[in-house]
Amino acid sequence: MTFTAVRDAGGVTVVGLEGQLIVANRQDLKQLIQDALDRGERKFILDFTRTAYIDSSGLGALVSISKKVRESSGDLRLVGLNEDLRSLFELTKLDTLFSISETASEALEGF
Amino acid sequence: MLTAARVSPIDGSGGDQFRVELPTDLTQVGQVVDAVIACCTAGALISTRTQFRLCTVVAEAVANAMVNGNRNDPSRRVTIDIQVQSNQIIIGVSDEGDGFDPMAIPDPTHDGALEATRGRGLFMIRSLADQVAFNDRGNTIWMTLPRC
Repeated sequence: MTFTAVRDAGGVTVVGLEGQLIVANRQDLKQLIQDALDRGERKFILDFTRTAYIDSSGLGALVSISKKVRESSGDLRLVGLNEDLRSLFELTKLDTLFSISETASEALEGF
Repeated sequence: MLTAARVSPIDGSGGDQFRVELPTDLTQVGQVVDAVIACCTAGALISTRTQFRLCTVVAEAVANAMVNGNRNDPSRRVTIDIQVQSNQIIIGVSDEGDGFDPMAIPDPTHDGALEATRGRGLFMIRSLADQVAFNDRGNTIWMTLPRC
């Protein structure tokens, strides 16, 4: 898994997740978001367009990140979930916890 | 890179059988998944849906074996047995821990549990695999998925 973070002109940090979000790398993503929060960044999009699969540790990391962003008065949106990943969020009911959009542009309109 | 060794069929059930063994090391979970997928896709294509389910349940079961079974002890090993049959794939994941009672794991989708950062693993496996079974000791999980 590689993470790429880009901050757009509107101050939204878009993080792309390529590969898999699992127990071995979840801490890297949490640290990336924490570092961004420490720099004062508050608006985040996590883009799963190039993500193959997520395990329960990865989902747990997303829950943890969501809490930290919310506690910092920030906003987090998830985009690019394919049918399989979307179904994973639905069966764990985490689709009720996250703001999920089809595309980054759609999510950007919501900030 | 991890590779699976071809092994002789244990019970005469036919198909191809493979085994991967490794020490407890969470950094290798992704490589285990890749090795299992390589076994399951040799000789026949499987759908992206099945690949997703396989990747997720194998990653989950191996991580559970290392963390909850072997308690992150690098001297303890995890064994993955793969049976590739004509119409189904059976994956067994064993650890060297004391086992657990799978019936004692609470439902992680209750309202109060939604914001928990742990406890979804077995639920996900049960949701994504067609069949899930355990040995009596509770340190081996068997997961059956379609080969299509």
